Amino acid sequence: MNAQDYWALSPVIAMAGLAIVLLSADALLAERMFGGRRFGSKRALSWVAFIGLLAPALLALNLWFGWVGEQTSDPVVYGTFTADRFALFFQFLIIGATAAVILGSVPYLNQFRDSLGEFFTLILTAAAGMMLLVGASELITIYVALETTALPAIALAALRRDGFSIEAGAKFLILSALSTALLLFGLVFLYGYTGATRIDEIVARMATLPFEAGVPFGSLAVMLAVLLIVAGFGFKMAIAPWHMWVPDVYQGAPTPVAAFLSVASKASAFAVLMRILYAMADFDPVANDWQILFALIATASMTVGNLLALTQSNMKRLLAYSTIAQAGYIMVGFAAVGAASSSGTATAGPQSIMYYLAGYTFTNLAVFLGFTAIIHRTGDDTIAGLSGLVKRSPVLAILMSIGLLSLLGMPPTVGFMTKAVIFSTAVDQGLIWLAVVAVVNTVIAAYYYLRIVGLILFGDTDNTDRTRPSTGEMTAVAIGVAGSLVLGVVPWLVLQLIDDAITIV
Amino acid sequence: MTLEIVLVVAGALFSIGLFGVLARRNIIAVIMSLELMFNGVLVAAIGFSRFTAPAALMDTSGGITEAAVRSALTGHMFAVFVISIAAAETALALALVFAFYRAQQSVEITDASAMKN
Repeated sequence: MNAQDYWALSPVIAMAGLAIVLLSADALLAERMFGGRRFGSKRALSWVAFIGLLAPALLALNLWFGWVGEQTSDPVVYGTFTADRFALFFQFLIIGATAAVILGSVPYLNQFRDSLGEFFTLILTAAAGMMLLVGASELITIYVALETTALPAIALAALRRDGFSIEAGAKFLILSALSTALLLFGLVFLYGYTGATRIDEIVARMATLPFEAGVPFGSLAVMLAVLLIVAGFGFKMAIAPWHMWVPDVYQGAPTPVAAFLSVASKASAFAVLMRILYAMADFDPVANDWQILFALIATASMTVGNLLALTQSNMKRLLAYSTIAQAGYIMVGFAAVGAASSSGTATAGPQSIMYYLAGYTFTNLAVFLGFTAIIHRTGDDTIAGLSGLVKRSPVLAILMSIGLLSLLGMPPTVGFMTKAVIFSTAVDQGLIWLAVVAVVNTVIAAYYYLRIVGLILFGDTDNTDRTRPSTGEMTAVAIGVAGSLVLGVVPWLVLQLIDDAITIV
Repeated sequence: MTLEIVLVVAGALFSIGLFGVLARRNIIAVIMSLELMFNGVLVAAIGFSRFTAPAALMDTSGGITEAAVRSALTGHMFAVFVISIAAAETALALALVFAFYRAQQSVEITDASAMKN
C-alpha cells in the first residue's frame, strides 16, 4: 500500500477509528470505575460520536476537492477500492444520515443506559462498512464490506433486548445470511466465468467472450450471476419480492436503527449494484434484458409496497412498506438504462437514481426521526396514536406533515421533483407503461400518506400533554425537511453535484 | 474430475441448504442450513479456481506471470474470506439464539410471530 491508497481509504479509516474511539470511551466512562467515582457522563458519548463524524466528513471533502494528499479516481489498493466522486457522493449521504440519526436519537437512547457505547460502536462500524461498500470495485471487497455493514446492523436491531427486538434481530440475521449466500454464489459465478474479481478486469474479459443469441444476458453464466446478485442486493435494498423481513425488522428494531437502515443501508446497496451493473451496461444483450428485469422488479416493489401499506395500523410497519414502494420507484431509474441525459451520454438513469436517493435520504430521515421523538415519549407506535399531534407539538407535526407529503410526491418538495425526473427518464427510454404504473402507484400511496397527514393536523386527541422534543431532535427533523424543500425548489444545486459524481458510466 | 462435477456438487449443497433454510423450523437447523449454502459457494469458488484459473496459466508462453498466479489464487482467497466471515456470522447467530430462547423459551422459528399488523 502506498500513500495514494491511504488517502483514498482515509474517510473509511476515520469512520472505523471513530467506532474504536467510542468503544474505548465507553469503557472509560463506565460507572463505578476508578474506585466508585464516575469519570464523566455517558451522555457525552453522543457528542463525541456526533462531533467525531467531522473527521470522515472532512477527509471525504478533501478527496472531493483535492486539497491535500495524493489522489486519484482510478482503482487503488490493488484495484479493490475506488475513491471516485461516485463513491464520495454516497459517502456524504452515509455520513450525513449517521449524523442525523445520532443527533435525532439522543433522548431515545437514554433507555439504553447500559449499552449506549455498543449502540454508537455498532452504528459507526456499519457506517464504515457502507462507506467501504460504495467504493468497492472488487468482488471479495464487496462481500467483506457488505458483511461489515450487515453484522452490526443485525446486532443493532436486537439491541433493545425485548421480545420484539430479539425477534427482529433473528429474522434479520437469517434473511441477511440467506441473501448473502445468494449474492456470494452470484459473485463466484461471475469470477468463474471471467477468471477475475476486479470489476474492470471482469468487464475487459467479458468483452473477449462470445455472447449467444437467444440466451438472456448473452450467456447462462452471466444470467445466473446477475440474477443471484440482484436477488442478494434485493434483500438489502428492500425491494419486492425480497421484502418480507422489512416490516418485522423495522417494527421490532429501535426506531433510530430502522431510520438508519432505511436510508444508509439502502443507499449503499443501490450504489454498489449501480457500480457492478453499469460496468456491464456496454454489452447490448446485458442492457436489453436488464431493462425488462428491473422494470418487472420495479412494478412488483411499487405495487406490493403501496397495497400492503394501505392495510397497516402500525406506523413503523407502514413506513416499512412505504420504503419498499420508494425502492420500487428507484428501480424505475434502473430500468431506464442507456437513457441519454441532456449532455448526450447515457447518464440519465444513474443521475435520476442518485437524485432520488439524495432527496429520499433527507425526507425519510425527517419522517423517521420525527416519529422517533414521538414514540419515545408516548410509547405508542400505532397510526391512531398520531391523531391530533398538531395540538401537542405543532412544529413537529407540521415538519412531519411536510416530510410525509414529500414521500408522497407533492410539489414543491423534493419528492415531486425526484419522481418527475425518474419517471420522465423511463418515458425517454420507451418504458411508458412503467411510468403509467408508477404514477398509478403514487395515487394509491396518496391515500395512506394523506390519511396520516389528516390525522396529524385535524385528528382529535384526548391527550393534551404537550410533547416537547429536544433541540437535537428538532434540529435533525428540521434539517431533513429543509433539505427536502431546498432540493425540491432548486434541484440544480444537487444535480450539478451529481453530474460531477457520475464516474461509473 | 471435471468442472461440471464440482459445480453439480456445489449446486447440490447450495440447494439442500436453501431447502433447509426455507423448510426447517428449528432456528439452529436453519443456521446449519445457511452454513451448508456457504459451503456450496466455497466448493464452487475452489472448483473455478482449480479449473478455470490454470487455463490462464497455460496461456502464457513465457512461464508463469504474476497476473496468472494472482488469478489462480483468487478463488482460494475468496474461500478464506467466506470461511472467516461465516464464522463471525455464526457467532452472532448463536448469541441471538440464546437471547431468543431466553425471551420465548423455545428455538422454533414459528414462535417468532409476535409482530403482526
